[in-house]
Amino acid sequence: MLSDITLGQYFPSGGVLHRLDPRAKILLLVGAIVLIFCAFNFFSLTVVVGLVIASVLLSKVPLKLYLKSMKAIIFVILITSFLNLFYGTGEVLVQWWIFRITADGIRNAIFVAVRIIFLVMLSSCLTFTTSPTDLTDALERLMKPLGIFRIKTHEIAMMMTIALRFVPTLLEETDKIMSAQKARGADMESGNLIARVKALIPILIPLFVSAFRRAYELAMAMECRCYQGGSGRTRMKQLHMGKRDVVAFAVFAVVMAGVILCNILL
Amino acid sequence: MEFIQAENLTFYYEGEDEEQPNNVKLVLKGVSVSVRKGEFVAVIGHNGSGKSTLSKHMNAILLPTGGRMLVDGIDTNDEDRIYDVRRKVGLVLQNPDNQLVASIVEEDVAFGPENLGVEPSEIRRRVDSALKAVDMYDYRHHAPHKLSGGQKQRVAIAGILAMEPDCIVLDEPTAMLDPKGREEVISAITRLNREQSITVVLITHNMEEAVDCDRVIVMDSGKVLTEGTPVEVFSQVERLRRHKLDVPQATELCSMLRGVGLSFKELPLSTDECVRMLSEVLL
Repeated sequence: MLSDITLGQYFPSGGVLHRLDPRAKILLLVGAIVLIFCAFNFFSLTVVVGLVIASVLLSKVPLKLYLKSMKAIIFVILITSFLNLFYGTGEVLVQWWIFRITADGIRNAIFVAVRIIFLVMLSSCLTFTTSPTDLTDALERLMKPLGIFRIKTHEIAMMMTIALRFVPTLLEETDKIMSAQKARGADMESGNLIARVKALIPILIPLFVSAFRRAYELAMAMECRCYQGGSGRTRMKQLHMGKRDVVAFAVFAVVMAGVILCNILL
Repeated sequence: MEFIQAENLTFYYEGEDEEQPNNVKLVLKGVSVSVRKGEFVAVIGHNGSGKSTLSKHMNAILLPTGGRMLVDGIDTNDEDRIYDVRRKVGLVLQNPDNQLVASIVEEDVAFGPENLGVEPSEIRRRVDSALKAVDMYDYRHHAPHKLSGGQKQRVAIAGILAMEPDCIVLDEPTAMLDPKGREEVISAITRLNREQSITVVLITHNMEEAVDCDRVIVMDSGKVLTEGTPVEVFSQVERLRRHKLDVPQATELCSMLRGVGLSFKELPLSTDECVRMLSEVLL
């Protein structure tokens, strides 16, 4: 069944990271990504490894799930590091026709692979430990300063909330329409690529029509509940930056100092 | 005093038949009805009778083309007070799937009071009490798409309830539900009316749901056909029949028995009443 898929990958295991303020987690992730790309030598990279391992352990999410999220991008990692093998200068180790592999290239390949792996690990860590609603909530609040550029931050967050809400509903609907079309003899499993894409049309059209009808009704329901946009609106759930978050920022600062020191001194 | 008062209400959808402006189809043709505070009123009628259009006038989602609609003394045409009207009269729609906004039950219920700018701690209190009132408190952390139809509709009612309205208008809230969900929703709104004395206007085409209310308004092709207590209205079996409206099964049975010579003082509305009256007449 299509509707069996869970949206997002929130894994409520009650770890320390789950209880951090979602805003803090987003900021720390951005900082960590910068750090990953700032680690220039093996020593600073080791410091980053420590950070990643610590986050994975603290998230209390089984390692299996992290590996699963890695599976999707294994090709990206292989291809980029393979290409990086040949982009190196310095001492040539192997040469064949126009391809040559240098020690520098091998080093680059390893760095690129490790960086992408860490990037995915840390992003997964955020989505494993934060529910989608908390994420949109935190994004709305973090984007608030953008309001001075006349960016409608509340509207963007509202759209994300509604989209999250309707994904399972529309999936269920797709399932129903597919069954209905199959019952009328629609064939979706055979034929070449073009035939299969064409077979999707009788599913997409009713789905779109129904999505528009839902949107119209939802707009009316929102009006019934006095929705007037973002101004003058309060929120039930308040976000608090607590002691825990301060500690997290402090730990991050230490790691950052470590990376910078390793970069300069070693 | 009348809480909701429609005075000679007419309505047509704009843009319909622009080439022949004389040919516009009136959805409401001069409707005058009123609802008192604390009352439980059912509006019945078949598709296209204008009952749903009438309900959307009650919280200023639609504005009258002619006549006026007063809610607690406020004219719904007054643009400055449109949100006062919507705060007093909440509207619950037919499809529960299309009126829930957030992907967590309690956050959806909080949506209304959040829009009104209520203090966070007060929102929390209202959300909890609204969810308890419809018996959905245990599901407050659930995702709406995992709930049954009746549960979703009760969450939608809680969402309106959290705005603390004086009146709830429900536009065919049970039309898409199974019998169990229908039972849950009807008993929830009956309880709200009795225990919290919230005025309820229930739009429905299911006659059995109209049996327990204080007053029934029957709509037919944009006009009020008749109104009165359930007994008064459903006793007019022949008249309702002529307008292709059903009566509760118990009423229909006894009306047919009357035709073959049994004499009932009045017609029953529920199965229990029917059994009692039959035994009186026959034994």
